[in-house]
Amino acid sequence: MELGLVISHWKVAPEAGSLLQSPTPPIDTIHNTLALGQILYSDYIYLFQIAGLILLTAMIGAIVLTLRHRTDVKRQSVVDQMQRDPADAMEVITVKPGQGL
Amino acid sequence: MISVEHYLTVAALLFVIGIFGIFLNRKNVIVILMSIELMLLAVNINFVAFSTHLNDLAGQVFTLFILTVAAAEAAIGLAILVCFFRVRGTIAVEDINVMKG
Repeated sequence: MELGLVISHWKVAPEAGSLLQSPTPPIDTIHNTLALGQILYSDYIYLFQIAGLILLTAMIGAIVLTLRHRTDVKRQSVVDQMQRDPADAMEVITVKPGQGL
Repeated sequence: MISVEHYLTVAALLFVIGIFGIFLNRKNVIVILMSIELMLLAVNINFVAFSTHLNDLAGQVFTLFILTVAAAEAAIGLAILVCFFRVRGTIAVEDINVMKG
């Protein structure tokens, strides 16, 4: 039905000019991006912050859904590396001449 | 001169493409997500067209929020897909029937 409305004839209601939520300032005085930013940070600041919260929720949700701790890979343990000392890392063996180990 | 009807026609075409992308493609979940994004973008085009046609800047602000929600939806959808692929090993649509009953 709405698709037929696109093709068929329609016109703007005559009282629509007085119902504007935030009228566009003239383009020759304030640029479109500037006007958009001004009403976005003043009239719609709560909606803007809610949008930020939605993005934060999406980010945290995506990370939580896809994060997993793999146990089949080798990992670096910095504490273990710093706790190493030469005593248990290597062993000194005196080999007599003519004999193997 | 491009009037608002042209924008509405393009948006209606995009919306129909999105709907057909969902209903004709029963194999790929990613294509379904892309079709949903396409429908959201068609609605965005409608908002911007009427915003400039009626000289009301609120439509463009609303477009920004729709984009935010679309981004969050895409992130969560892809994260769910990654999770699902790890559990099931496939993301084919006809295999997603574990939740019936």
